Amino acid sequence: MAAPPTLIEQPVKFTQDSSSPVIAFEDVSLAFEDKSVLDRVSFQLPRGETKAIFGVAGSGKSTLLKLALGLLRPDSGSIHVLGNDITQMSERELFELRRRVGMVFQESALFDSMTVRENVAFRLMEEHDVSDEEIERRVREALSFVELEHTMDLFPSELSGGMRRRVAIARATVTRPEILLYDSPTGGLDPVTSTTIIELIVKQRDVYKTSSLMVTHRLQDAFTMATHYFDRKTNHMERMPQGMHCELPMNFLILRDCKVIFDGSLLDLQETKDEYIREYIS
Amino acid sequence: MELISPTEFAKEKVEAVQDYAVLAGRSVSNLFRHPRYFGDILQQADLIGVGSLPIVILAGLSIGAELALNSAATLEKFGSLSLIGQLVSVGMVTELGPIITGLMVAGRNASGIASELGSMVVTEQIDAMRALGTDPMKKLVAPRVVSTVFMLFFLTIIADLLGLIGGGIIARLIFGIDSRQYWNSAWQALAFRDVFTGLMKPLFFGFIIATVGCYYGMSTRGGTQGVGKATTQAMVVASVLILIVNFFITKLMMAILGAH
Repeated sequence: MAAPPTLIEQPVKFTQDSSSPVIAFEDVSLAFEDKSVLDRVSFQLPRGETKAIFGVAGSGKSTLLKLALGLLRPDSGSIHVLGNDITQMSERELFELRRRVGMVFQESALFDSMTVRENVAFRLMEEHDVSDEEIERRVREALSFVELEHTMDLFPSELSGGMRRRVAIARATVTRPEILLYDSPTGGLDPVTSTTIIELIVKQRDVYKTSSLMVTHRLQDAFTMATHYFDRKTNHMERMPQGMHCELPMNFLILRDCKVIFDGSLLDLQETKDEYIREYIS
Repeated sequence: MELISPTEFAKEKVEAVQDYAVLAGRSVSNLFRHPRYFGDILQQADLIGVGSLPIVILAGLSIGAELALNSAATLEKFGSLSLIGQLVSVGMVTELGPIITGLMVAGRNASGIASELGSMVVTEQIDAMRALGTDPMKKLVAPRVVSTVFMLFFLTIIADLLGLIGGGIIARLIFGIDSRQYWNSAWQALAFRDVFTGLMKPLFFGFIIATVGCYYGMSTRGGTQGVGKATTQAMVVASVLILIVNFFITKLMMAILGAH
């Protein structure tokens, strides 16, 4: 039997000046037919930061991620990703940029006619210049990261909801992207499986130092991320001692009525005087 | 039911035609751009071509036999029963072979393509593909167009041949016409323009089937109900377009190559 692959624990290689934000929205507005979804939304995601995005259903959270990846185009405003104004880029140019960004979709969006191995290897196979041995090694490494090596030859329909999310994380991270976008990664999962997924996201954050945007309905998930770190010795997520802060910044962004009403740290969130936010987090 | 203004209706239709034209144009231009997906082309050729073979064989045999059976009564009145081979061969090669094969493959594959791509749209697999840096127009649409055009051409030849065989069986068993006489008459009746017209048609029909199926699949909205609607629309529109385009190709070929 082949020896289990070893995780190469080194941060992703950055292709842009480390001081500039990896994602920057400036006055972005979008409407579907006559219904406004986002109205002059502005925020930045600095390198290495994880930003959790909250808002009631239909407040435009998932749309925000699709805009950041260029899957949707805004009606006005500009979006910079890794230093590129993606609103000015053609679809073909966007395909190149998207190879540096990973996305985990709400319902995993795995290719149902492909095995787990083929799903995770998809991006590497599309690059056409990666050898079969290298693809196999990296797929094993990505699946070992999410502890699903034994599912390589199964089809997505043969996996549980939680396992599908973990495969989706492996698929998104197999090329070590500079940015990760998570769209409700724990949505519809039981608390135990949700914790497993959050542990993986914390592991990804702390081991590979990837910047990420995470849309979620579950406040406790984001609070867990803000108060825990990944311990490489125990290979588990551990609570940070009182008074200690996460090595990588974790911030919160709240959307309401198509606008950003809060963008700040956990401390700012706990101290806010805004009635709506206080009610939302209580 | 929500009423829609005539202006909005017209705008929607024009936009749909425009989107279809863009998809059809890109499916052709992508053939000249890298990467090319030969593996996907072969897989689709197997699904579309080999998968459609039984139904095309059955339809070809049956149409040829019925053509011989129905035309025999009229030919008999004029004492020209020996011309049955001529009638079956010209009818099958120029019109019925391409049309029946086109409609059969449209029924099976335009709907199949629309439902497959439509399901991928509603489960965000198309978005996931784009997010992974792959163009679905190249990976999914272009291989389906190439395979359908290529395979429909050969399926039509098979249907033509089986139609002639079906007609021959009826001519021999029911009307007692000598097989050699039937095949001689069938062969001699075929002119270049008949064969050329009959073999040009599947190229257009294949393109229509694949692009219409892909268009309705890729523009699916509204969950599983939307997939069902896209599937039905793809089959209906592809079939109607085949009938309309068939008329114009026949007319055009008559103008270029001359009528009988």
